[in-house]
Amino acid sequence: MGEFRMPSLGADMETGKLVEWLVTPGQPVQRGDIVALVETQKGLFEIEVFEDGIMGEPLVQAGQTVPVGTVLAMISSGTEAAARTEVQAEPPAAPAAAPPAESPVVPPVAAPLAGSPGRFACSPSARRLALELDVDLATVRGTGPGGAIQRSDIEEVATARKAGAAPVVALEKPVAAAPIQPMDAETSAARMRQAIAAAVSRSNREIPHYYLETEIDLSRPLQWLAAENQKRSIQERVLPVALMLKAVAKALRDVPELNGYWLEDRLQVKTEIHIGFAVALRQGGLISPALHQVDRLSIDELMRAMADLIERTRAGRLRGSEVTDATVSVTNLGDRGVKTVHGVIYPPQVALVGFGRIAERPWAEGGMLGVRPCVTATLAADHRATDGHQGALFLEALNRHLQLPEEL
Amino acid sequence: MSESKAMKATTYREAVKEAIREAMHRDQRVFLMGEDVGHYGGCYAVSKGLLAEFGPERIRDTPLSESGYVGAGIGAALGGMRPIVEVMTVNFSLLALDQIVNTAATLLHMSGGQFNVPLVIRMATGAGKQLAAQHAHSFEGWYAHIPGLRVLSPATLEDARGMLWTALEDPDPVLIFENNTLYNMEGMLAVDAGPVDIDTARVRRPGRDITLITYSASLFKCLDAAEVLAGEGIEAEVIDLRSLRPLDDATYLASIARTHRVLIVDEGWRSGSLAAEISARIMERAFYDLDLPVERLCSAEVPIPYARHMEEAALPRVDSIVATIRRMMSHG
Repeated sequence: MGEFRMPSLGADMETGKLVEWLVTPGQPVQRGDIVALVETQKGLFEIEVFEDGIMGEPLVQAGQTVPVGTVLAMISSGTEAAARTEVQAEPPAAPAAAPPAESPVVPPVAAPLAGSPGRFACSPSARRLALELDVDLATVRGTGPGGAIQRSDIEEVATARKAGAAPVVALEKPVAAAPIQPMDAETSAARMRQAIAAAVSRSNREIPHYYLETEIDLSRPLQWLAAENQKRSIQERVLPVALMLKAVAKALRDVPELNGYWLEDRLQVKTEIHIGFAVALRQGGLISPALHQVDRLSIDELMRAMADLIERTRAGRLRGSEVTDATVSVTNLGDRGVKTVHGVIYPPQVALVGFGRIAERPWAEGGMLGVRPCVTATLAADHRATDGHQGALFLEALNRHLQLPEEL
Repeated sequence: MSESKAMKATTYREAVKEAIREAMHRDQRVFLMGEDVGHYGGCYAVSKGLLAEFGPERIRDTPLSESGYVGAGIGAALGGMRPIVEVMTVNFSLLALDQIVNTAATLLHMSGGQFNVPLVIRMATGAGKQLAAQHAHSFEGWYAHIPGLRVLSPATLEDARGMLWTALEDPDPVLIFENNTLYNMEGMLAVDAGPVDIDTARVRRPGRDITLITYSASLFKCLDAAEVLAGEGIEAEVIDLRSLRPLDDATYLASIARTHRVLIVDEGWRSGSLAAEISARIMERAFYDLDLPVERLCSAEVPIPYARHMEEAALPRVDSIVATIRRMMSHG
């Protein structure tokens, strides 16, 4: 028996609205199946299950807004053996919200304040303590008046964490339904702004950034690209950004310390390279969905993945995992005419690579001055995780890979 | 050392009388005046025997004219004397409000700093003696609103004995509020008890779970409540404000930083009360220390009733303090 929970689709997400169930009770589901649509400040997401089994009765109805970690439905396993394997399977996107399936049921986490989604009744002192102990209020069960979070609740979570236990978040009974009303465009944009504000504020508050930049001569890759594109139909043509993304992925293989998360006071290097690719939305705001395992994709596969991802991002149909599992981010403001990007790292990632506009610039080499197409590549990195030395090695590797486009 | 000090049994009334007697001996400029303070010995018998000891020049009976004799006290103070003016109850002091607020509190300012008014006014305050709505109110919070006045509320025998001399030493007007339910309070007092400071609040009982801020007679209700709660594992810290103007913010703010919870017990009416002022200061200066909203336990907003059970019901009581704290502490 497993619990299917409201996933965390980002460090800044505290609640999510279950918009639609895409499966019916009794229906068999497999790991990776999309079973529900969830709306957050960042838009509508398709949510996957992480185990095989039979879908149980929904514990949360469509239209309800519930805190991250709330059990949405139970999934009963087909066989005992299958269940055992799946319990050990990779946890859902939100590690903090995934206790063992056997965890005891405990009273509700603090309910969001009426009319203030994302805000919890919490005493000022407990709020300060949560900040000091780095406890996420969305994971805390409030025992104060009206379910308000108090100091003792924060201390309990912190103690449990110290003891090695994951914070237990579960629901005794379904949280009262929030008023069901479609978000109008203005509210949705305002919420996204709040979500971005929360993420970048946390980043600037917690992450000691350092910045490096280098000028890269793109003559060789662009010549190679022009020759390649000559041979292709218009639909199959490759854009320079695909080369840059691929080069970033390969450079990260050379300098893996920049690909990972800073969690629990240490760097956790990730072996898979998922690049969060900032996509600006037409209605304002941005999302950085992940391109998965970019280092293993061919340039053509990467182009197709990008096109698919951008289209689905703008249509608001991203998968939950795509908004959470980026291990590094790339932002490209070149098509807006910007020369240099000094980015804000998306926590808990530890690096962000920026590309500016590709433009012809004077280039001195071998005592001669020429005109070359150039791009300014920047690295914003978390100084807790790496030092300028690794950052410099990364930019050097990035340049080296771009100069060998045929091998990308 | 302090344990070996010679102690004697006394009452709050005797402690106040002793304070007046000491002041009369120490400073020839000191005299006492008020309604029935001489031949009758004081409406609460505080000055009984003082007329025989010091004579009618220094223990002066006055007509029933609060405005007149408080004004005379201001004049005497300006003329170099150190008058102690007794007003029978705070309700009656409203007849002298013009003298106290418009004259005593303002003269230093109006004279460009030339004239201090070294006047001490003592008055009885508070309910609990079935004296009904015209003799039992608690207006000390009103006076604590007025710049130019110092407002004291001695609760303990030490403070009843020691605040008067320090107040007389102050160059500006000082109001001393004596809760009428305290006069019969008995206890032990050091034989050599003397002047005490009039600037600071005191922690009368330490505790880690909740801060009780109070003053005057409510102090003992709070201490009794804390004793009951201690039996249930709740450790309440009880703070006696002692001075209502100026307030010693540092003492209660430091306590809140330890306990994170506050209940203010004030016999005044809740709206616009001293408790409201303290609550506002806590919001301003200790917001991030709070783990619960600040709560207040004040008198019911009615004229204090005459009937005993009604009067008791209108006031903060030990059981209502205990119940309020139990409720506050019931959430972990």
